[in-house]
Order: sequence, then structure tokens, then C-alpha cells
Amino acid sequence: MSIELRNVRKSFRLPGGETLSVLNVPEFKVARGEQVALVGSSGGGKTTLLNVISGITAPDSGEVLIDGRDIAKLHEVGRDRFRAAKIGFVFQTFNLLPAFTALENVLLGSSFASQSISRAGAIELLQRVGLGHRLSHRPQQMSVGEQQRVAVARAMANRPVVLLADEPTANVDSTNQAGILQLIRETSRENNVTVLIVTHDRDIAAQFDRVDNLADFNRPEVAV
Amino acid sequence: MRLVTIATKSLRQRALASSLTAFSVALGVMLMVIVLVLHGVLERNFRQNNFGYDMIVGPKGSDLQLVLSTVYRIGNPEGLLPYRVYREMQNDPRITEAVPIAMGDVTEEGGFKIIGTTSRYFELEYADGREFYILGKAFGTDFDAIIGADVARDNRWGLGSKLKLVHGGLENKDGHTHDEEFTVVGILKRTGTANDKTVFVNLEGFFAIGGHDTPLDEAIGREIEFFGNTTLTEREIERLRAEELEEAKAHAPGAEGHAHHHHHATPDVKKFLTAVFIKTRNQAVAYMLGESSRRGSKAMYVNPQRTIQALMINFVGKFRTLLFVLTGLIIIVSGVGIFVSIYNSMSDRKKEIAIMRALGARRSTVFTIILAESFLLCVGGGALGLFLGHGLLFVAAPTIEMQSGLLMSRWAFETVELVIFPVLMGLAGLIGLLPALTAYRTDVARTLAS
Repeated sequence: MSIELRNVRKSFRLPGGETLSVLNVPEFKVARGEQVALVGSSGGGKTTLLNVISGITAPDSGEVLIDGRDIAKLHEVGRDRFRAAKIGFVFQTFNLLPAFTALENVLLGSSFASQSISRAGAIELLQRVGLGHRLSHRPQQMSVGEQQRVAVARAMANRPVVLLADEPTANVDSTNQAGILQLIRETSRENNVTVLIVTHDRDIAAQFDRVDNLADFNRPEVAV
Repeated sequence: MRLVTIATKSLRQRALASSLTAFSVALGVMLMVIVLVLHGVLERNFRQNNFGYDMIVGPKGSDLQLVLSTVYRIGNPEGLLPYRVYREMQNDPRITEAVPIAMGDVTEEGGFKIIGTTSRYFELEYADGREFYILGKAFGTDFDAIIGADVARDNRWGLGSKLKLVHGGLENKDGHTHDEEFTVVGILKRTGTANDKTVFVNLEGFFAIGGHDTPLDEAIGREIEFFGNTTLTEREIERLRAEELEEAKAHAPGAEGHAHHHHHATPDVKKFLTAVFIKTRNQAVAYMLGESSRRGSKAMYVNPQRTIQALMINFVGKFRTLLFVLTGLIIIVSGVGIFVSIYNSMSDRKKEIAIMRALGARRSTVFTIILAESFLLCVGGGALGLFLGHGLLFVAAPTIEMQSGLLMSRWAFETVELVIFPVLMGLAGLIGLLPALTAYRTDVARTLAS
């Protein structure tokens, strides 16, 4: 398995002092190279699940096995290191750094890993996403579709095991949507990368190998 | 991608704010450099506290003015000493050396100060263990001149060059150029003292210049005022009066033989000096002579070392402290500017930091990046300030030299300037600490969600 969650619980303390349970996942698995779309209602915990899988957020309890390693047992620095080496992230709002060119943004994608991508490798990635002619352009000089392509290239820069995408097409027009989804699927398949994509769009979800509804396996505890 | 590259990129993103904050540091460092260098120049000029002489004898007045004018050639001397003072010192067994100094004129070209003296001036050490070295020869004839290294360089004068004197200095509008012409017979090897910027002429030649000897009656009057008597007999006075009359007739416009008139040696009574540099047999004599200044002597015996020390402590030292405090404050204000600039940018940059963290950057990594920005601003600003400060000094050095009379190299550098960078590094660390901690504490999930 590439992703395996067992008895993962995550809750947050609200400003009023109450505790809000967001995740209670007895079991969730994604096989290596599998491409899964995760759907569910807003506020259902989809983003929190991605954060737990990526190690950005530590679960309160349970096991989070990524590529066979339980990252829930790692301390924060360990999780950061693991994320830098094994996880690729595509955000809804692209989250490219405005001061950096397309090429620099891609290079940044592996800057925090022990093995960073070469300049030639980064150029190749940008050429793969059709932006070989935009290497020295900054995000504000590119269309939203192009920006998200750069974000995809950046997510692949560290040769991840798992690619997590949080509503990657929510901010792009329908013409670009299909292209970006195709890009994510193809580049991941080429590199045998496991994909977990969060979307609220059933049509988008339908394009993936498997569609899971978070509500089907997440049973947050109700405060008494 | 290296962290410093990431920090540089971030600074470039805020180019205007970054440039302004770095520039404010540059201004502070520039001022600091100027203060340090000028202070070094002052110290070097005044630290030459062994002069090869124990005392300077001058007419009563300001001891500081006497030392500044005769040793450093800064400002003009006050009052005159009868030549008899020098003669008496030559015969005083307590005094081992006495060198006469007559000042007042400058060169027509370049305005370098003129000192009338004897060859003995160059035979004695100008500072402890440091002797003059003359390229050429010492005074032979009355109108021989020996010039300092800077005079030779600036005026492009060599052996055999001719020079004329302007009476009373270039700034004196009534000053006229004397007819007499001096010939350079010697050039001093650089001494690093005011001697480098001085033209020395034979004392006899100095007095031979029209107007440099005092009219007889006035001279006798001054001698009596100074000593209470005159050594001249009635007969001598009559003879000198007759000589003076003959001289005046010979110099009258249109007088026969004016151009070929033979100049008589100036009688001692008509000679007045600015000062006499003396060496005493021992320190006790120096002390006694110093004390005699206070007991009604018309001459003043000044220990130059003590005078300059007092100047350094009472004036230069306090002035330096004030300047240091001011420039220190400027750098601190610049530091606060950097702090505000970085800290204010943090709210905009939380997202960037969260993105980097999501890409795997550790808390310590983003902490280092923000700290690196602070270092880059401080050190970059510091380097610019160093360049500006020395650039300004390079341009202004000749003017400062001209205006103040202090010797100053265009390339003056103080080793203490090297302290600026460690201080700036410390400041950068202090300034960057809080913003870096803000970056360190950024909540990735919450920031990305917002």
C-alpha cells in the first residue's frame, strides 16, 4: 500500500474551549500507483485528511503509513523531511511564490529535500507540462491555467511517492480543467505516483480510478 | 536552491522597501566610517607627541595656538619673539639645542606655509628616533629653500625650482608677493608630519625679504618692552639708523642702482621670531623653564606633548565620543527601520512561509531564511556605507587637508572599521530574531486554509 490509515483521529480545540472532532477514520487505503478522487461535503475534513497524510498536521492518534512508514510516529522535523522527500502537493490556489520564476518555483519544490532536482530536470518537467517557453516568467506574467501547470511540475520535482491535490481545478476555467487533470494523471502514471485528489465535482472525480466519499469512512465523534 | 538565494529573491520582491532600509544602514555606516577615519587622522596628526624637542618657546599667549601653528602648521602664530631670546638660549648651558622658527608667509603656488629656520632644524630628529632625509643639500646661500615631500609632489617642484613668497598667507587680501626668489636645494623624504607640507627657507633669506625686518626704532621699543632694556649702545643705534636710511634710499622707486643693491645682513635687533624649538639638558630644566613662564617671563615655554594631550582629552576625545554616539544612534535607527520593514512584511509573507513549509521546509529553515534577509540587508547596507564613506573621503581628502591643515591620505583606512561588520552581524541577528520567530511559529494548515 502507498497510503494506509488506521484508526486515525483528529480533533481541534475551538476558541470557546469545546473540541471539534474532524477525523475518525478506522481504515483508509490507497494502493501504489492508484489514482483516487475523494469527494465529500464542505467542512467534512477532506483538507485535514490531506494534511494528516502529508504530515503537515499530526493526528491525535492512529497510524498513518505512507510507503510503509508510519509518519504519525515521527516528530515534526521527521515529518517535514519525509514530506520534502516523498510528497507532492498541488493546491487549489496554486500557491506559487510570486518572486520566483516558473523554473525557480519548480526548483523550490525539491529545495528542502535531501536530493534536489537539477536545473535540467526542472526544465524537462516544465517542458513536460507544456511550459518550456515560460521558464523565466513569474506567476503574475502567466495565465491561471499556466500557473497551475507550474504547480503540477513543482509537485513532481521531488519525485514523490504520493501526490496530494486539493481542489486543483477549482480556480481554473473548464478548458484548462481537463488539461490539468490529464496532466496530473499522466505525469503521475508515468512515474508510478499514487494520487489522492480532493474535489467537490463529481464529473472530475469520475475521471479517476476510484472515487471515495469521505463520509463513507470518516465518522467524527459527536460532542455530547 | 540555496537558502540565501531564497532570501535574496524575497528581498528583491520588496525591492523598494529593501533598498531604502539597506540605504539607511548604508548612511549610518558611511557616517561611522567618516568619523572613524577623521578621528584616526586627528590621532595620527596629534599623536606625534615626541617632537624631537622638549619645549617650544613663544611669546605669551595661547599655548595651544603656539603648538598648532609651529608644529602642525595649523592656523597662524600669535605675536613675535625678539631674536635676542634665541641668542640667549644658544648661550644658556641648560639648553642643549635651540632652533629658530619664523613664520608668516606662504608659497605663491599652492599656498604652502613657509618657515624660516637654520640647517640645524634638519640635523635634529623630527620625532623620537626619526631623522630628516634630504634629497639634495642643506641651506648654503640666503635664498635656498628645502621643501616637504607633498609640496614637491603637488607643485611638481624639483631641485632648482624657483619659488616666491606671499606675505601673510593666500587668504590675506592685502598680502603681496615678495620680489625675492628662493631656489629649491633640498627635498625632504616623506615624514608623515606637517613638514611634508612646508617650505623651509634659510632664516637669513627670510629676514632679507623686504618688510620682514622690523624698523629699528620699533624693534628697539619691542626689545625694551620684552626685556626691560636693550643691549645696543648709543653708537650702535646711530650706525644702524644710518644703515637703515641708506637701505631705504636704495630701495626707493627709481633709486639709482635699485636692482643691484647689495643687501646688508639684517641686524639681530631687527629680527623677530615666531618661536624657538629647544632641547633641555634634562627634564628638571624643562620643568623649571615651564615654571618661569608663570613667573612673569615675557616668553612662554610650552611642552607640546602635554598641550596636545590636553587637546586630545578635552576636545577631540569628547567630540569623538559625541560623534560615535550619534552614528551609533543612526545605525540603531536604521536597524529599527529594517526590523519594521521585515516585521511588516511578515503578515504578507505568512502564506509564502506556509507554502515552503508544505513543500517540506523545516521551521528552522524558514527561521534561517528570514534571518538571512536581515543579514543581507545589514551587511549589504554596511558594504555600501563603507564604499560611500571611503568614496566621500577620497573626494574630500584634499579639501579637508587644505582647510584643516591636517595630513590626510585619500586612502585612509582605520583597522577599527573591521569591527563594523561583526557589529552589523550582531545587529542583524537581533533585528531578524522576532520576524524569524514569527516565521518559525507559522501554523501551516491554518495559513494555507486562510
